[in-house]
Amino acid sequence: MEQMVNVFLFGKRYQVPASATIMEAMEYAGYQLVRGCGCRNGFCGACATIYRIAGDRELHACLACSTQVQDNMYVATLPFFPLVKEVYDIEKVKPTEQIMMQLYPEIYSCVGCNACTKVCPQSLNVMQYIAYAQRGEYEKCAEESFDCVMCGICSSRCPAGISHPQVAMLARRLNGKYLAPHCDHLDQRIAEIERGDYVPLIEALMDKPLEEIQALYNNREIEK
Amino acid sequence: MYQDPIMCQSAEKVAAARAENVKLDPRRMTAEEKDQLLKTYHPDYREEKFEVLKAGPNRGEKVPTELARLLQAHSRITADQIDLTKPDYTCDVLVIGGGGAGTSAAIEAHAAGAKVMVVTKLRMGDANTMMAEGGIQAADKPNDSPAQHFLDAYGGGHFAAQKDLLCKLVSDAPEAIRWLSDLGVEFDKAPDGTMITTHGGGTSRKRMHAAKDYSGAEIMRTLRDEVLNRQIPVVDFTAAIELVLDENGRCCGAVLLNMETKELKLALAKTVILATGGAGRLHYQGFPTSNHYGATADGLVLAYRAGAKLLYPDTLQYHPTGAAFPAQIFGALVTEKVRSLGAMLINAKGEAFMNPLETRDVSAASIIRECSDRGNGVKTPAGYAVWLDTPMIEIKNGEGTIAKRIPAMLRMFGKYGIDIRKEPILVYPTLHYQNGGIKITVDGQSQVENLFVAGEAVGGIHGRNRLMGNSLLDIIVFGRNAGRNAAAKSRSVTPAAPTLAHIAAFDKSLADAGIETDAVSPQLLPDYARRENVLKG
Repeated sequence: MEQMVNVFLFGKRYQVPASATIMEAMEYAGYQLVRGCGCRNGFCGACATIYRIAGDRELHACLACSTQVQDNMYVATLPFFPLVKEVYDIEKVKPTEQIMMQLYPEIYSCVGCNACTKVCPQSLNVMQYIAYAQRGEYEKCAEESFDCVMCGICSSRCPAGISHPQVAMLARRLNGKYLAPHCDHLDQRIAEIERGDYVPLIEALMDKPLEEIQALYNNREIEK
Repeated sequence: MYQDPIMCQSAEKVAAARAENVKLDPRRMTAEEKDQLLKTYHPDYREEKFEVLKAGPNRGEKVPTELARLLQAHSRITADQIDLTKPDYTCDVLVIGGGGAGTSAAIEAHAAGAKVMVVTKLRMGDANTMMAEGGIQAADKPNDSPAQHFLDAYGGGHFAAQKDLLCKLVSDAPEAIRWLSDLGVEFDKAPDGTMITTHGGGTSRKRMHAAKDYSGAEIMRTLRDEVLNRQIPVVDFTAAIELVLDENGRCCGAVLLNMETKELKLALAKTVILATGGAGRLHYQGFPTSNHYGATADGLVLAYRAGAKLLYPDTLQYHPTGAAFPAQIFGALVTEKVRSLGAMLINAKGEAFMNPLETRDVSAASIIRECSDRGNGVKTPAGYAVWLDTPMIEIKNGEGTIAKRIPAMLRMFGKYGIDIRKEPILVYPTLHYQNGGIKITVDGQSQVENLFVAGEAVGGIHGRNRLMGNSLLDIIVFGRNAGRNAAAKSRSVTPAAPTLAHIAAFDKSLADAGIETDAVSPQLLPDYARRENVLKG
């Protein structure tokens, strides 16, 4: 017999297998999920969830797909959080401090409570990456925020009304496009392809009889 | 830490053999060995799990039984339920699907000046793209070439790829990387800008570009942000449940279903792009899957009913390294990048039983052999598994490599108390990718005029097996291609009167073939809810 625990889904008690994730517990209880379920493996941020264990005063946050249930866990899902997403033209913006001031000025109202960091289900140092964004240090902000799944839990706890995931998104795009070192070998290869340098090679390969291609494939040298 | 005594004992053997195993470079199998292995152990060769279609464009060909049931099913609607004179949405290009292919298509169609709209069953970005971890291939290094990339992919796909599609895939690859980079996607680079690239299974050159092990997520969130910046209308939680054809049989829209309210809506367009993704959530042969919640082959069903032919729908990719333990992540993807970085596959006795960088189908079949006939699997609650010896990564590449290069894997196992820097992990094949799909020409169009297809819903680009890193590439190259071509085509199209006559016609072909079924399709979502003694209807 499988070990069971009590969970309270939106306050209502269900008995579910102790090994289940919160998402599996909801399905075990009979919910057919539409919202609040995405990749089911911690990458998409669809299943932000808050919970509290009976007897504990603290509210915790997690992703329902990758958090195991506990006995006497009170659960409420947060399947959508209305973040602020400002619209901009990536070709026209510049990676200066100015752009954050213009698009997300509320980041400068951060009171340093660190609630965002404490609540992040990815254990990111959220307040730190906001600090980098304030200073226009987009490379650092990008690196610090890289594992963000944009679930929005941080923003749900922010007294300053910051949409942290969107701030980080902007920083990463600025970094990727403008600040990261330029890749010359990529440009060179594209120029060669555009000149048609590889057309004869590929066409010759495609025209070969099957046995010849098979022989080429089976005997090709593999880079160490 | 592993608690189970059998696992602990076996893990100790793996640890004891590590110092010797790490020095090995097991030889690659010969072509004959691979053929024999696949025929004996690969799930695609289990004839009893397939069914020959009796109706529709692929009549006489076999597909997985679960897919046959959906392809030879009735529509969720009848034609008289929809007033085709009153569309709720009209646009030039209707994109169905909000994953990597759909968003790439939408961006390019928008850039070409078309009025575009995206409908997506869940949220934009809820897609297999988001979950692609390892990387994206492009032959952009001096020792590499698009021809070499072609040879790797063509051979890896068992010489079955549509050559013109594969040629486009490899030739457009470097430009696809630059497009993403220009949108702000952060690829792993050396300080001088050189791309940091690794091998994938079956590659002969190190051409795997990555963004740590969040490669797909980084691409997806950037494309999503760009769609939002362009203010392209996105209707989410809305599935396409039937295509609309005009009186001349050309695709001109779709019937939509609000996933929450069940309200039906009608979208009419000049051209349509299907980018609905894969089928992992159909759980072929009872396999777990690494796929997204919405991966239920909807696009294949819609296109098939409208008259489009499928190519290689009988070939699926079982990713060799799905998580086999703990239960909470059963079937989840363990990126191939773990092996690219040097982790080897080790059996219960501590033996490195194969070269870890064979193609996916060969690796999966080899693991299944180890866990079945050879009896060298480790017993787990769900069956048997082999080890993937992750601590080797830091022996080979230095301490800190795992946190830096595969943080998602470190986190995924860390949540359940397994430190992959110190302990190996248990893996078994998981249903990962639909190699086959809707047949297209190189412009991205299916056999139904004005119905374009992109991404995992397409069949033929990869042949009968796909290499790691060629799917993220395919969604970008063929997503953009479909977007541009659908936008261009929309300028010259004047649809005739819309009809849903194909629904009744398909029903008739089912009846003519003697098929009696209650099934309706597309499936839209898997049903994991436990229902005991619930009210019906």
